[in-house]
Amino acid sequence: MTPAAAKADSAVVRDALGVGFAVGLSGFAFGVTSASNGLSLLQTCALSLLVFTGASQFALVGALAGGGNPLTAAAGAFFLGVRNAFYGLRLSQLLQLPRWVRPFAAQWVIDETTAVTLAQPTRRARRIGFVVTGLTLYVLWNLTTLLGAVGAEAIGDTDAWGLDAAGPATFLALLAPMLRTATERAVAALAVVLGLGLLPVLPNGVPVLVAALAAPLVLFVQGRRKDDVPGGSASRNSQEGTDR
Amino acid sequence: MNIWIAIAVTAVGCYAVKLLGLLVPVGVLEKPLVKKMAALLPVALLAALTAQQTFAEGQELILDAKAAGLLAAAVAFVLRAPFLLIIGAAVIVTAGVRAIGG
Repeated sequence: MTPAAAKADSAVVRDALGVGFAVGLSGFAFGVTSASNGLSLLQTCALSLLVFTGASQFALVGALAGGGNPLTAAAGAFFLGVRNAFYGLRLSQLLQLPRWVRPFAAQWVIDETTAVTLAQPTRRARRIGFVVTGLTLYVLWNLTTLLGAVGAEAIGDTDAWGLDAAGPATFLALLAPMLRTATERAVAALAVVLGLGLLPVLPNGVPVLVAALAAPLVLFVQGRRKDDVPGGSASRNSQEGTDR
Repeated sequence: MNIWIAIAVTAVGCYAVKLLGLLVPVGVLEKPLVKKMAALLPVALLAALTAQQTFAEGQELILDAKAAGLLAAAVAFVLRAPFLLIIGAAVIVTAGVRAIGG
């Protein structure tokens, strides 16, 4: 191995560890939220071990706390997890994993591992980035989940500590970087209106699923506008270019 | 029991979509409309969930200290604070407002 390659490896490891540590620690917030929403220690840890995709976990415990139907609650969490399929698609091209490795790598296909992997220049660096981020996050996320769940029981009234704000703040932190263009903002605004407006009238967990329809609705309206205006497609593309 | 059913369904479903992405041949999911939907679906879900978990208790709409906490998180994001600090800001401000009696 050349010295240059060795240096690159350590730089990749450092990047990956940074992301793994920072986000891995937020498992604490999940552990606390899950426990204070009434899930047992075992259930909380099972979620982090088996589901291992933060937004879906927060969504599920929130829906269950509301007393929703388990399948409705799971549906919301599942739809949030669908984005990981598209990460997997990109990663399978970049990592070129042997087929037998893929079932083992799959559990680590999430926001953070994808972000670190995409940022690397070579296949070797990408593989190192994926494995180090995935391993660090998986170990830490599960450890901090356990600590958070145990801690929540010790703390008692978690609301007094403001810990019930950790869940929505996590969603906001994941959402905010996605609001890059007018399309994303329109979808988010419509989803908020649907999610809050339907809450009092529909069964628990259902309003979130209806709010998901904001995505196809906005795309549909946009598609029609594009068809109405002559040359609309070209002007829209140039606007997308400036927004990013 | 209901909770375990929800956990099992979520775990199997979430693992299945992760694996699906790694296994399907390139090109199957790479249609423009499918990609756009995949990018916008989490935006809609996260926005609705943020709003509900901040402004609702069960099926009732409420306004409490969490709103101030979320505002603090938004400010932290605008100031480019790291992920953990954004959540920390929400927690601390929510606790602070409650302590004052908000």
